[in-house]
Amino acid sequence: MNVTTIEVIVSVLVLFGVILALISAFGLVRLPDVYTRSHAATKSATLGVLVTLTGAFMFFGLEEGFFSIRLVLGIVFVFLTAPVAGHLVCRAAYRSGVPLDKRTVQDDLEPILGTQEERQAENKERHRRPHS
Amino acid sequence: MKANDVILQTVTKVVSFIILSFAAYLFFAGHHDPGGGFIGGLVTASALVLLFLAFDIRTISNGIPINYRLLVGIGLAVSTVTAVGSIVLGFPFLSHTFEYVDFPLFGEIELATSVLFELGVVLTVVGGTLTIILSISEDV
Repeated sequence: MNVTTIEVIVSVLVLFGVILALISAFGLVRLPDVYTRSHAATKSATLGVLVTLTGAFMFFGLEEGFFSIRLVLGIVFVFLTAPVAGHLVCRAAYRSGVPLDKRTVQDDLEPILGTQEERQAENKERHRRPHS
Repeated sequence: MKANDVILQTVTKVVSFIILSFAAYLFFAGHHDPGGGFIGGLVTASALVLLFLAFDIRTISNGIPINYRLLVGIGLAVSTVTAVGSIVLGFPFLSHTFEYVDFPLFGEIELATSVLFELGVVLTVVGGTLTIILSISEDV
């Protein structure tokens, strides 16, 4: 494989990853509530990191001839953990009664976990007596 | 409200093995690459803390029955013994040596006595970190 071809592939991958991270940052600023923001932060930032790491892996593997098992582990690790982190943040937000955006049309969890005011009151109660 | 931690617990079961193997890699890489006993011990401790976060303290304490206060003492003892061992063999305190040994499967490997000292560092760091975190988390 020609060296310039490798360089082109690696730079396209890294650039794509950086653009995805930038889009994710725009989503964090522009989106209305915590759930849509978490949607932007989790998916596109994860893919951005994965693509950038793949670019770095291809650079070290093809250009320098060094197979970095740490980068492979990093890719697998970020791919496994970032969505779970987003899931946990969203769940904690919903359970402590963070309001949904005003334009929300349907909330299927509300009949199970209680309305937003009930969840907020329960959260406040939980913080008042932390040793229960 | 009933808690449902299936996702966190399932991912923790997979991820803790990745973290522990990375900790072992860092520990053995420390002689020639970035890594070593301290960072290996901290990464091991972070894997254990992740287990304590995803499951409860009682489950993990039953599964991994280690007294972390004792682990600090064992680690300090291991490091001290490797340091005093050089006096016993007639060299200055904390002298270290290495030798190249041929193994059947791996080929020639450099074996250094400083790895034993670093093993003591790992045990001390894991014990100290988990003693701090577990005693903070106790509800007394």
